[in-house]
Amino acid sequence: MTSSGMEASPETQSGANVHVLDSAQPVAKMATEDLTVFYGDKPALHDINLEIEPHHVTALIGPSGCGKSTFIRCLNRMNDVVPGCRIEGQVKLDGEDIYASGQDVVQLRTRIGMVFQKPNPFPKSIYDNVAYGPKIHGMCANSEERDAIVLRSLDRAGLLDEVRDRLRAPGTSLSGGQQQRLCIARAIAVEPEIILMDEPCSALDPIATARIEELIAELKERYTIVIVTHSMQQAARLSQKTAYFHLGRLVEKGDTETVFGDPQDERTRDYVMGRIG
Amino acid sequence: MIEQVDTVKRQKRMADLRDKRHKAEVRFRRIGVAAVSVGLIFLTVLFGVVLASGLSAFKQTYVQIDVAVDAEGDNYQGMVKRGLREYFPEVKKRRDKRKLYALVSSEAPYRLKALVEENPGYRGKAVSLWVRAGADVDMFVKGEISRALPEDERRLKDRQIAWVDSLEDDGRVETRFNWHFFTSGDSREPELAGIAVAVLGSLFSLLVCLALSFPLGVLTAVYLEELATRNRWTDFIEVNINNLAAVPSIVFGLLGLAVFLNVFELPRSAPMVGGMVLALMTLPTIIITGRAALKAVPPSIREAALAVGASPLQAVFHHVLPLAMPGVLTGTIIGTARALGETAPLLMIGMVAFVVDLPETILSPATALPVQVFLWADSPERGFEERTAAAILILLAFTILMNLTAVLLRKKYEIRW
Repeated sequence: MTSSGMEASPETQSGANVHVLDSAQPVAKMATEDLTVFYGDKPALHDINLEIEPHHVTALIGPSGCGKSTFIRCLNRMNDVVPGCRIEGQVKLDGEDIYASGQDVVQLRTRIGMVFQKPNPFPKSIYDNVAYGPKIHGMCANSEERDAIVLRSLDRAGLLDEVRDRLRAPGTSLSGGQQQRLCIARAIAVEPEIILMDEPCSALDPIATARIEELIAELKERYTIVIVTHSMQQAARLSQKTAYFHLGRLVEKGDTETVFGDPQDERTRDYVMGRIG
Repeated sequence: MIEQVDTVKRQKRMADLRDKRHKAEVRFRRIGVAAVSVGLIFLTVLFGVVLASGLSAFKQTYVQIDVAVDAEGDNYQGMVKRGLREYFPEVKKRRDKRKLYALVSSEAPYRLKALVEENPGYRGKAVSLWVRAGADVDMFVKGEISRALPEDERRLKDRQIAWVDSLEDDGRVETRFNWHFFTSGDSREPELAGIAVAVLGSLFSLLVCLALSFPLGVLTAVYLEELATRNRWTDFIEVNINNLAAVPSIVFGLLGLAVFLNVFELPRSAPMVGGMVLALMTLPTIIITGRAALKAVPPSIREAALAVGASPLQAVFHHVLPLAMPGVLTGTIIGTARALGETAPLLMIGMVAFVVDLPETILSPATALPVQVFLWADSPERGFEERTAAAILILLAFTILMNLTAVLLRKKYEIRW
């Protein structure tokens, strides 16, 4: 099933409070429809309608507490494990609602990988970190295949040259930036279609950050990427699409150049100009 | 002018306060050192006393006697008595003869019997054999009974002391390492009583206890902490587990008596039932510490596993539980160490018994170390006093061994992240 039937719907429903800057509508890889999230009784997100386009980097920006992390965690149902979290509306992956009953969360998360704010390698070897996903999904029949997947993933994450001769060293022995690239390698080892990144560089120094940004630019050829970031420069450098969140609402979305160059909403303008947030 | 005075006053006030804080710091540290020292002194005294009175139990006095074996007949007791009488021909009176026979342990005839049955060639000949000394002689030779005491205040009389002296002069008295203590069961005679039944009973009980409580406790902790949804039921269960940890252990013994013995009709005095009762007692400890250890694992590890598509169960068993293992093991060892020293619940299920034969399976009757300590401490004979202390030493050694294992296991599983 493709998403051809829903191209027009989000904007017509909520056009009143969201400024849509681009009119061209390519086929969306993911789309949320009236997504509302509650933590207990408190709503954290209100009626979010956002499309994620394939092979694009979509940046989610906004001040702290605006709900962008909550939003990204809805995209692969990581919020399921948060007690008291309730979700209304739909999140569609290739036109199918991932919150529909009967959806296999485990299967879903192999299609949508995630990289977290703080590098969180397993306290195991570099090799085992990357091989874990393919192993539990039965993606490799024998050890040669597994070796191949591990090496390929490390290579794509730009880490292979640095760790080639110490694959058995613990993943936690790497530097922060290397650990984060290891986490990216771990995510792409299971061949996801989408990679979600929740502030992947916020714990890293500028040099490590630059490496990750380079990597993200390469990865978008193969994967669809959604990234939450606090750094507006990073969003401007990396992404093709940007969405600005403010107090749990999606205020503005569109091409990155437009959102940064000619924002329509005053709140967006204040934020991208550095006046708030 | 006034401002200056105020500044001076303020500086003085601050200096005073700084002084006070510094003194408080020093005072607290000294109190700490003093408390630790007092604790160490008590510990040293305890170990000193137990060692002083217990070490002698690892030695046993032997006496060499000459016995003329009858060509026929099985009156080995008579032969031993005759041998003693022939060695001390001056003893004539009935009362004195009884004192004479007490020089050797009541097992002497059995030793003789075993020897003769093994070597039928000894029949009709005189043999010389080493037998265990009677308990009082043993005590005397080991210096536990002093000559200096007035005769009516010691169990070994002047006359007997004279006999022992003359035996010693002939080189017929020896002290050897007391292997028997480690290889035999309980006995009414202190010199024959051993710790083996209690050690085996404790070992079997602990194995049963661990085999039941460790998997059950860890899985319960995993379920409650990681998988169960929070609702009134799980809250209720949690409160009850916490309460169970504080229930007096004898209540668990009563439960074992009512359920395991009376309903399931399992055998009395069996280490299996003891282990089951101790497992009930250990479970809350393992569950509570297990949950705390699981809670201490950073959620980022759980998220990392879920994000690559691990099921919640895989996330727990592949990543979270291994990281929580050191904590879980600590809880388990604390629980089992407590179970090892537990007497009360074992009383209820009949493990406080006089057991002579070594238990062969977990269903054979046995006692446990703390119960044995309790039983021997109750006996009036001097020989049991040193055996009580020796049993305590073995119990302590057991505990130290277990704690050492725990430390080593922790070291092995400890992973930093």
